[in-house]
Amino acid sequence: MVAAQGIARELQPLTADAAAALPAQLGVFEIVDGQGASVYFGAAGGLEPFGLRTALAAAAQRWDEASFRYETTHAYMTRWQELLMLHAAAHGEVPVANAGDAHRIGRLS
Amino acid sequence: MDFQPTEEQQLIVDTVRRYVREEIEPLEASLDPDAGELLPEDQTRLVAMAKEMGFYGLDIPEEFGGPGLDTTTRALMAIEMSQHRAGLYNPCYGTFGGAGLAQLYEATEAQKERYLYPALRGEKRGCFALTEPSGGSDPARAIRTRAHQDGDEWIINGSKLYISAADTADFALVFARTSDDPGRNGVTAFIVDTDTPGFHVERVVHTLRSTHYATELSFIEMRVPHEAVLGDVNRGFAIANDRLSRQRIPYAAGCIGPAIKAQEMAVEWAKNRETFGSTLAEKQAVQWMIVDNEIDIRHARWCVLEAAQRADRGERFRTEAAMAKLVASEASGRVVDRAMQIHGGIGMTKDLPLERWYRELRIRRVGEGPSEVQRLIMAREILGGSFK
Repeated sequence: MVAAQGIARELQPLTADAAAALPAQLGVFEIVDGQGASVYFGAAGGLEPFGLRTALAAAAQRWDEASFRYETTHAYMTRWQELLMLHAAAHGEVPVANAGDAHRIGRLS
Repeated sequence: MDFQPTEEQQLIVDTVRRYVREEIEPLEASLDPDAGELLPEDQTRLVAMAKEMGFYGLDIPEEFGGPGLDTTTRALMAIEMSQHRAGLYNPCYGTFGGAGLAQLYEATEAQKERYLYPALRGEKRGCFALTEPSGGSDPARAIRTRAHQDGDEWIINGSKLYISAADTADFALVFARTSDDPGRNGVTAFIVDTDTPGFHVERVVHTLRSTHYATELSFIEMRVPHEAVLGDVNRGFAIANDRLSRQRIPYAAGCIGPAIKAQEMAVEWAKNRETFGSTLAEKQAVQWMIVDNEIDIRHARWCVLEAAQRADRGERFRTEAAMAKLVASEASGRVVDRAMQIHGGIGMTKDLPLERWYRELRIRRVGEGPSEVQRLIMAREILGGSFK
């Protein structure tokens, strides 16, 4: 059995420059606030002109003093749901900025 | 077999076709290429429209309030309903409603009150937990999940794999071995509430179908009352097998929709795309691919409708259903593959639905019984002399 895990990549500061340096690929990402709490999981899907680069550029405008990590994957939708489920299983709820997505996931137990 | 739809069937086909092309397809233009759901406001609007058309809950038996469609009409609808990007696994985004788990129609009245009727009202969701890590093609022998009786309760231990929607389900149909018989006569079906202590959703399983995951389940000392037994003890495999057989015809029909749509796209592209001074349609290499697509589509459609008509006449259809499933899933995969080849570079991109159908159709050759098992079913009947 493959144990479900979060994004393995190290966190890096969320800036416009960091976003611009990202691969233009499909994937998922996590935003972590200054206190080290995950505040948002997002997916860069087929509608993003430059994949993760576009999605994280938008995130950099939304969050100050935050960090991020990402993962490239074609299974961006199910991986995004999995990340939310893992977070909910560990913390009892989805990250605050994903509150509107809570109905889109199931439960791990 | 000379198949001509009745006037009523043709009217239904035309209505569904218009619904898909005028209501569903335009919405997909602004959705993610791998989207599995509509925006909530669109979903609500289209469900209301489906109800108005009389198509809601189309798989629900007539005695439970459904429209009472015959298998042929249902197959014709499935061919139309799947002719859009998400259509293979999510025809019309579920706006025609579901039917709950078919096995529950055979449940006791108390079980129906607790599970079936709430499911039909959309208040509860169920999942079907049969396949295990030890195998899915021969479930009767592969099941290692065990249940043993302890007074008025059963204690279930084991695991299940590739189970859809278990993480959002309110209850699960769980198949477990309840005797020392290593085959089909030692399996019992249980209806289990997913909040039962010991019921665990261990992990998400990612597949080619990137809009939908499966799950792995484990059952650890999971106690359920005897009333949770569906049907008879040690006769649960018949319940599972019945589902597998009945599912094959609509499952096969659903494969054909994306193939028809891919062929339409390939023809259009071939007529307009020019290389080396002429259109692709003028080149024999492309013409032959288009013709091979047409042969595959018609072959698949013929097999599906033959199986459906035999089922409607009350005749044996096990071989025909297996053939339909095998032919439709394999032929449709070939059609989409050729359509991608004709399109060239753009055929590989998420700008078109072809790549999604290509991935998802690959699953169809394994799901609901792989091609090899369908051949095994046919071989048994042919060699056993019962295929007439």
